[in-house]
Amino acid sequence: MTDLYQQQRAMRAMRKAALEYGVVAILDVGTSKISCLVLRFDGPTRFRESDGIGTLAGQSGFRVIGAATTRSRGVRFGEIATMQETERAIRTAVQAAQKMAAKRVDHVIACFSGGAARSYGLAGQVELASEAVSEDDIARVLAACELPDIGEGREALHAQPVNFALDHRSGLEDPRGQIGRRLSVDMHMLTVEAATIRNLVYCIKRCDLELAGIANSAYMSGLSSLVEDEQELGAACIDMGGGSTGISIFMRGHMVHGDSVALGGDNVTADISKGLQVPLATAERIKTFYGGVQATGMDDREMIEIGGDTGDWEHDRRTVSRAELIGIMRPRIEEILEEVRARLDAAGFDHLPSQQIVLTGGASQVPGLDGLAPRILGQQVRIGRPLRVQGLPQAATGAAFSATVGLCLFAANPQDEWWDFDIPADSYPARSLRRVMKWLRDNW
Amino acid sequence: MRPLNLFARRRAGAAQPPQPAPAVTAVSAAQEPPLTVAQPAARASKAKLLAEQAARSASAAQRARASRPRRDPAPSRIAYKLHRLWLTPMFRTGLLRIALPLLLSFALAYGYLGDPARRGAIYALITDLRQSVKSRPEFMVRLVSIEGASPEVAELIRTRFPLELPVSSFDLDLEVLQAEIAELDALESAALRIRPGGVLEIAVLQRRPAAIWREGESLVLLDRAGNRTGTLASRAQRPELPLLAGAGARDRVEEALALTRAARPIAARLRGLVRIGQRRWDLVLEGGVTIRLPEQDPIPALAQVIALDEAQDLLARAILSVDMRNPLRPTIRLAPGARAEMRRIKAIEMGEKS
Repeated sequence: MTDLYQQQRAMRAMRKAALEYGVVAILDVGTSKISCLVLRFDGPTRFRESDGIGTLAGQSGFRVIGAATTRSRGVRFGEIATMQETERAIRTAVQAAQKMAAKRVDHVIACFSGGAARSYGLAGQVELASEAVSEDDIARVLAACELPDIGEGREALHAQPVNFALDHRSGLEDPRGQIGRRLSVDMHMLTVEAATIRNLVYCIKRCDLELAGIANSAYMSGLSSLVEDEQELGAACIDMGGGSTGISIFMRGHMVHGDSVALGGDNVTADISKGLQVPLATAERIKTFYGGVQATGMDDREMIEIGGDTGDWEHDRRTVSRAELIGIMRPRIEEILEEVRARLDAAGFDHLPSQQIVLTGGASQVPGLDGLAPRILGQQVRIGRPLRVQGLPQAATGAAFSATVGLCLFAANPQDEWWDFDIPADSYPARSLRRVMKWLRDNW
Repeated sequence: MRPLNLFARRRAGAAQPPQPAPAVTAVSAAQEPPLTVAQPAARASKAKLLAEQAARSASAAQRARASRPRRDPAPSRIAYKLHRLWLTPMFRTGLLRIALPLLLSFALAYGYLGDPARRGAIYALITDLRQSVKSRPEFMVRLVSIEGASPEVAELIRTRFPLELPVSSFDLDLEVLQAEIAELDALESAALRIRPGGVLEIAVLQRRPAAIWREGESLVLLDRAGNRTGTLASRAQRPELPLLAGAGARDRVEEALALTRAARPIAARLRGLVRIGQRRWDLVLEGGVTIRLPEQDPIPALAQVIALDEAQDLLARAILSVDMRNPLRPTIRLAPGARAEMRRIKAIEMGEKS
């Protein structure tokens, strides 16, 4: 636990250094693509309060100066399966982005979708030492949260305080300085498999980059594709990626639940490939050009040339009607959505005051999904695209880049995490020198 | 009909120079068609089939390309690292702004100056330039003026340091010349400067001869400090200067001059001063009369002699020397015969008395 704590703190320090330097890379390691953005931070002086621009969700402070996307290799279900291949793909993306930015980047913030993300709600409670809540009290109450059994070989990726309560008053964003007797906290913790993180860290280290932060891509998609009132009132973001579909539920501005389904656009492609007896590349092309989920009478007449190069004329001249293609794709997409529905039900999504669902990610671009999804997920469904950020190339503004854009926002103004607070002194070993140091720092 | 045509075309094709092929796949396609295309065309003579066959051969070429290992789009580790290094601002600035210009200029200079003929030309150019600047009339010295020197000394300087006039002032090393001129016996100091108008002015301060020193057979002129100022052919050239002789006299010129001044009343008879044993002075008067002076306080002793001379006309008498070495007991040495003469006179005086 302390090991992870130190690791996360080191990443925090690295990110601080990167922001000081002003250039940081964003790396989204997905199953179907790896995209890299280079951000330049201009600092808070670019816009003043009097300009009336405000923080603009934190995106006024940075600008995208380099962007590159490459086909992902060696990644399956959002996890790294072949390290050398993935390392090469990361190198390709980083080099191209650096070239566009004409700047060398040393720090990278990465996100990934795999690792079987699992969500936990934690609660802690302490009596205040003094009248007012101090920073130390917050550290103590965070440390007082009882850690559930997260399982062997898993680590916390996010551990964020989502709600503070002081005596009988709940829903406090920041209780520091307030008067009370008993402070309690609700914390949301997202755990993933440690091996997944380790592989990603290793790949990034092999590219001579320093990891300045790591995040879950479902969370990042939620940050970028849910608008502010959706995040406040409660909404779910479904990031339909290539290898997996991530689910993140937001409430009162914080992520309160995260989950993922190991089904995605690649499954649809594989179905087409099997159903039409074509290679995967052809299936992908057919899917993106002619795919859909709502068949109409017109689709029976629209014939698609499948193509092929086996040399057998009959085989290479095959055509298929678009209705048939939809017949292949629709059941799989329905399955994905039903699985998502099941996960949302299990998480208790229907108890939320607002039941907005936003679909994003590459697989959400299938035509007709906006007609299919409400049948399964409920009426309040929309197809979301990520926020516009400054300097982002047109090619990277689509729904497939919502996690990447979310990571930019995350880099610009990160959420407080458990490891941003010092460990309270009494949790150190009794004779530790650090305990003495801490006592000296607190009392002198 | 058609094969014949084809054959004719093939022959024409063979006669023509080979067409440049746009790509590898196109080359194989261009080599194949005459055989593969001709046979079905002859059999079926259907344009559609022919087109399909061509498409198939093209797709076969595509397959051949696909079966080749595709180039990895990822940069190699070394390329990646080099690219990152290249993007490092300090490395880039250092290379582009410092190292590369330096290297380029060195290479250019080396390439240009590597040829000895070019180097010689550059040297010649520089020398010419120097020469043209040096020989400008503003820098030429056309006249030497020697000031503060007697004509003999001036002539001596001119002969000893001959300058080929006109000469450029850059070629004159005034400091060395000044040091050399100042080393002349006759000069106490020399100051050289180049006056506007191309005049080298040598201002010298001559030594004033104060005495003549007889050294062996030659006569040497000395100034007050005992430095040589020149030589003299005969005593008669400078009758006003006192004549000194004897070893060590040169170091005591000042003393000798004081004695000469003190001896002014008998100056007409004074011939010279002789240093004896490097200790004391003898005054030599005409007729070989010497006045031997003591080591200590010679001037009062001389004054005593002069007083005696004025009172009793001492020096005009027949004496050889006046010995004042012990001032309390002045002694006179009579000339030979004088004693007998004195006795005779005494006897006469005694006789008269008696």
